[in-house]
Amino acid sequence: METPASIFAYAPAPESRSVVDIAPSYGLFIDGEFTDAADGKVFKSVSPATEEVLSEVAQAGADDVDRAVRAARKAFEKWSALPGAERGKYLFRIARIIQERSRELAVLETLDNGKPIKETRDADLPLVAAHFFYYAGWADKLDHAGYGADPRALGVAGQVIPWNFPLLMLAWKIAPALATGNTVVLKPAETTPLSALFFADICRQAGLPKGVVNILPGYGDAGAALVAHPDVNKVAFTGSTAVGKEIARTVAGSGKKLTLELGGKGANIVFDDAPVDQAVEGIVNGIFFNQGQVCCAGSRLLVQESVQDEVLDALKRRLTTLRLGDPLDKNTDIGAINSAEQLARITALADTGEAEGAERWSAPCELPDSGYWFAPTLFTNVTQAHTVARDEIFGPVLSVLTFRTPDEAVAKANNTQYGLSAGIWTEKGSRILAVANKLRAGVVWANTFNKFDPTSPFGGYKESGFGREGGRHGLEAYLDV
Amino acid sequence: MALAVPLWAKAPCTSRYARRYAPLVTMRTTPPTKTEEAGRATPGAFADVTTSASTLRRFLHGLPGVDAVGLEARAASLGTRSIKTTAKAYAIDLAISMIDLTTLEGADTPGKVRALGAKAVHPDPTDRTTPRTAAVCVYPDMVATAKEAVAGSGVKVASVATAFPAGRAALGVKLADVRDAVAAGADEIDMVIDRGALLAGDYLKVHDEIVAVKEASGSARLKVIFETGELSTYDNIRRASWIGMLAGADFIKTSTGKVGVNATPANTLLMLEAVRDFRAQTGVQVGVKPAGGIRTSKDALKFLVLVNETAGADWLDDHWFRFGASSLLNDLLMQRQKLATGRYSGPDYVTVD
Repeated sequence: METPASIFAYAPAPESRSVVDIAPSYGLFIDGEFTDAADGKVFKSVSPATEEVLSEVAQAGADDVDRAVRAARKAFEKWSALPGAERGKYLFRIARIIQERSRELAVLETLDNGKPIKETRDADLPLVAAHFFYYAGWADKLDHAGYGADPRALGVAGQVIPWNFPLLMLAWKIAPALATGNTVVLKPAETTPLSALFFADICRQAGLPKGVVNILPGYGDAGAALVAHPDVNKVAFTGSTAVGKEIARTVAGSGKKLTLELGGKGANIVFDDAPVDQAVEGIVNGIFFNQGQVCCAGSRLLVQESVQDEVLDALKRRLTTLRLGDPLDKNTDIGAINSAEQLARITALADTGEAEGAERWSAPCELPDSGYWFAPTLFTNVTQAHTVARDEIFGPVLSVLTFRTPDEAVAKANNTQYGLSAGIWTEKGSRILAVANKLRAGVVWANTFNKFDPTSPFGGYKESGFGREGGRHGLEAYLDV
Repeated sequence: MALAVPLWAKAPCTSRYARRYAPLVTMRTTPPTKTEEAGRATPGAFADVTTSASTLRRFLHGLPGVDAVGLEARAASLGTRSIKTTAKAYAIDLAISMIDLTTLEGADTPGKVRALGAKAVHPDPTDRTTPRTAAVCVYPDMVATAKEAVAGSGVKVASVATAFPAGRAALGVKLADVRDAVAAGADEIDMVIDRGALLAGDYLKVHDEIVAVKEASGSARLKVIFETGELSTYDNIRRASWIGMLAGADFIKTSTGKVGVNATPANTLLMLEAVRDFRAQTGVQVGVKPAGGIRTSKDALKFLVLVNETAGADWLDDHWFRFGASSLLNDLLMQRQKLATGRYSGPDYVTVD
């Protein structure tokens, strides 16, 4: 059903950039102070939507990692000895400051990451604050977390986070670490260092003792040095499976506690009795939220063959209404891809899909001239043997496969090296329970997708990693139990 | 007036359906969908649906279910669209032109109805470029007065009928009510369905009553009110929508405005999905009218976004979408004045009626 060029065209509604003041340069945050890198190196952080340079940031090296770990070690003794209620006060204060500054942080995150302001405003920032509030509440109740009386902190946590949810991944890492009495050295991704540096400022604003949180913007070498540092007691990593494996090898035999949250190839299973209109929304949310740059994305649509046409027609119709463009515009649904490298990877994998004979369809939309963009895309006629059904694309690309029976759906959903997320769409409650029990995935959503909550543990099976973040379970990774 | 014998009791359903859908074979407005080409869903197939209570029941219960959480989340997410500057000016004028300016009170008098009519024709006495509203909506005994008040303006007169708002009367009484309104000159009839029959599972009774009212309405366009607040579940609202469309409704309408829950973004979104799907499968376009509880411009704009992104631009016209409202108009006028002058005026700069 083609409608003529829309007569109700939304005028630009950009969120104001002036609510955030980005300095021309930033240092490393070590022991409560911003400092230059030991070797004086810097790198630029770029807005992926415009390729404009946002700021120049100090680039951490091995010496800086050592300095930061020593600061964290020094701070650990006092911080871990504080009564839990006192640590909780700091976390509550941080959570409140995040809420107060959420508009500023949302705009900043949108500028640095390229994701739409709608998402940073309505998803990222509320979840970041909620995570700090949630773990603030645990700080004085650790005796009741199920790990025995007076569970002890591990020490210094070395944390390496990705660029897809820069501030939210920081919250997932730092909030439970501080609540349990650990101190932190965190390395944000090289393409999105700015919100972590603003968080450093929030730590100062909250009066957090020096050295409890240290932020080291940098590249993979800094992350490797942090993970390998002998005085780090706990390593937490969210990112690619390849790097996760390397970290597991580095950490092996060192006695460091390790949690890994890696890639995924989530199956979104649509049965013939699904609520179709809501399932379509869930499919869209599952793969196009954050431009598909989500480890738990529902990147494989498994649709029952008997309703395939109906679902795909509705899905394509819906995709034509997605609005791609300026991430700061409040009406934008699809923002920019985070970096040129990621865009190249998505493009290459999509081309492979086409070369292997899958049928490619993209929503008709104009891509901006500058910046990194990829139109929402889906592949039909995909089988388990296609690369686009097996490899994590980490972009707005959906592979559509079909199944005939519930057993086949489960078999296909589980037939992957990953096991992070899955979705089930059916109006039949008994089927939800039966299928969810058979899926080898850390998170199974029923009649919804990409729903997050700090009270719910999150983590993977198989090559999607191990350990859980969030909820009571998330405390274990930071306790000596 | 003698009670009419229900017409639907005389003619077999099949012939009625053959009549209703006969023009579709030659007069479609959209290309056939994939499913139709596959021969699985044609207007002919829908004709079979209403041949008996059990076929209609099977059809309605075979419609995809509605996930309440997902539906409400989608409606809320469309509610975050930011409509500014030129888009806002366009949407405010569009919303004014879609209003069925309504007074449905026991205390309605000819004076009140005349004032309403004047307001519908010239909503803003300070700015004659303001579009007129689509219609005025009154009780049947006020139709003649309303007709006079809007004569020559293009503003339509809609009349509620069928023992509005409860609809708890014999069919003959309801049909007499409709004929009365039509005879008095009503351009549009807003009927209420038998919610009791729907909740009791007697779908065919609901359907046949709409068919009978449609026949009694003659050339007047028929709006079918479901009273969604009483149907309670979204599955019921979807079923009611399909019953209404199959029975020949020109519009499907949420509410009477007389119960606790009236038009909501979610129930309107659901009905927009229904008319979208119905047109895709039959080629017949049906209008939607949310009514009751829409009081601010901001709300109205959210509903227009729902229309734009669900049914599409074809419905962005007062022939296919209406607001059943009264106080909404003054808020739209104040917003319109604000856009024109850059300043907020106040309630003293719009007319009370």
